[in-house]
Amino acid sequence: MDAKRYSKLVKEITPGSPKLSGFFRAFWVGGFISMIGQGFNQIGALIGLSYQELPMFTSSLLVLIAAFLTGIGVYDKIGKYAGAGSIVPITGFANSVVSPAMEFRREGLVMGVGARLFFLAGPVLAYGISASVVYGIIYYVLEVAGIWG
Amino acid sequence: MADFLMYLKAFLVGGAICVIGQGLIMYTRLTSARVLVLFVVSGVFLTAIGVYKPLVDFAGAGATVPLTGFGYTLAMGAADAVYRYGFFGAFTGGITNAAAGITCAILFGLINALLFKPKAK
Amino acid sequence: MGLIGRRTFLFENDVSIVSRASIAGPKEGKGPLGAAFDMVMDDDLLGQKSWEMAESEMLRRTVELCMRKAKKQTSDIGALLSGDLNAQIISSGFAARSLGVPFFGLYGACSTMAQSMIAGAALVDGGYLENAVCAASSHFCTAERQFRSPLELGCQRPPSAQWTVTAAGAVMLMKAEGEYIRVTHGTVGRVIDMKIKDANHMGAAMAPAVMDTLIAHFEDTGRDFRDYGRIITGDLGIYGRKLLIELLKDRGINADEEKLMDAGAEMFYKEQDAHAGGSGCGCVASVLAGKVLDDMEKNAYERALVLGSGAMLSLLSSQQGESIPSVSYAAALEGGSGNG
Repeated sequence: MDAKRYSKLVKEITPGSPKLSGFFRAFWVGGFISMIGQGFNQIGALIGLSYQELPMFTSSLLVLIAAFLTGIGVYDKIGKYAGAGSIVPITGFANSVVSPAMEFRREGLVMGVGARLFFLAGPVLAYGISASVVYGIIYYVLEVAGIWG
Repeated sequence: MADFLMYLKAFLVGGAICVIGQGLIMYTRLTSARVLVLFVVSGVFLTAIGVYKPLVDFAGAGATVPLTGFGYTLAMGAADAVYRYGFFGAFTGGITNAAAGITCAILFGLINALLFKPKAK
Repeated sequence: MGLIGRRTFLFENDVSIVSRASIAGPKEGKGPLGAAFDMVMDDDLLGQKSWEMAESEMLRRTVELCMRKAKKQTSDIGALLSGDLNAQIISSGFAARSLGVPFFGLYGACSTMAQSMIAGAALVDGGYLENAVCAASSHFCTAERQFRSPLELGCQRPPSAQWTVTAAGAVMLMKAEGEYIRVTHGTVGRVIDMKIKDANHMGAAMAPAVMDTLIAHFEDTGRDFRDYGRIITGDLGIYGRKLLIELLKDRGINADEEKLMDAGAEMFYKEQDAHAGGSGCGCVASVLAGKVLDDMEKNAYERALVLGSGAMLSLLSSQQGESIPSVSYAAALEGGSGNG
């Protein structure tokens, strides 16, 4: 049997992830986390936070909760159930920072915790920030320098 | 009533964005790190072409809580800083606007690493 | 004594399994084979500071238990042949440090136990060692952090993923006559690569290597499925086992499915959420030192073939987009009561 036929056989025999339930779980958990965020937005508005402060307030609270849930060993269970439903929200970003930091505590505070903190978040920040800089420069060229008028 | 509608919209849009992520994981076997990167960069891109701002106005946290919203925060910050401070705003605006979320994640990451130990599964 | 066929060793001098021991983690202890382990750990850390040291301690205790059962001191041990999944096989090296016995460190990923038994049997059969302790270990938490993701990261595993078993197994080989189970043959594997790249589907990567070694073993010895009471693969998992059956069919061999037992597929109940089953050096090692030898001693079957299989990838090779090469070793066991 050659590699090509074998790869076909592997595909036939291996079951895929259960699709429908996977989507459903991701949907309701992701939606629910967003709703909690909406709740924080509302609380923030009630206590008189400004339009600029609101997103900071909400994301900080969500990150705090997710970090705590990661610490006590609950967030990975949510993740196992919900998949992208708990990876894609900002809480998933927090989980991706806290979990490697905890994992590598025994390798020391500097090269363990300090370095591994960015194990998964590093790529997100690297590409996210770079993309925003590219956009900022394009924006500068087009809008501020007046090419668009 | 308006509040309730806002929660419903947040639920539906936030859920839908996660479903896209789930599809990527299941059909392309992307690792979660790649999904996160893809979503943030997509968020910046969608904001740049003017699509994401209306979605945020429509769905509130439904659009800002998923990581595409993190990209939106970065992109809005960059554009805003360019508008206010000129060229170098492109370098400072993004991370400034997203600083609260990033700093919290780092700080809580450190604190948690000292407080908790990972559990065997 | 010597080589038969292309790559099978024949051990003619009654290389016997005079003692055996297995220790497993709490999750494995709750599985279907729980009662067959000598000891089930209460927690995954064994009072150590790190998962790596816990694995090493588990291995050390397993080897010590194996020696104690044979009434041997460390000064009586010819050599310890052992390996694990950690980089630079630190679990084995550190265990050997505290045992203070002559040591061969081996690496064959999950095939390590079969590999160490063949090497140990050859050294004992050839008269270089009076006895050899062959062992292997794996630990879920050390494997997870090295190959996959932090324990607390919330992510899903596909159904084809296997669960690294927390367990260690050891057997002591020695020339001895009597009611012992003997190691009679060892077939050395080739590294086979069928271009599988999915690190979440080790069974698919390893099944072709198992087929290759199994067919080589049959050709070299003139045996086939009828000659064995059990053929124990470790660890293809549920889907890898199915693939092996298909691969054999393709080569014109009808596998006797009742005889084909996969250590990984047997390790957990379905509700234990281990997906395709167990994996890791300690899986087939502990199943062999527990369930398989238990059954053979009770004369459930007279001959067994243990086919350890290992995926020879690393995190780097996987990130570099390389496919997963695999190797499989076969060790033939025979009960003491029969005479072949």
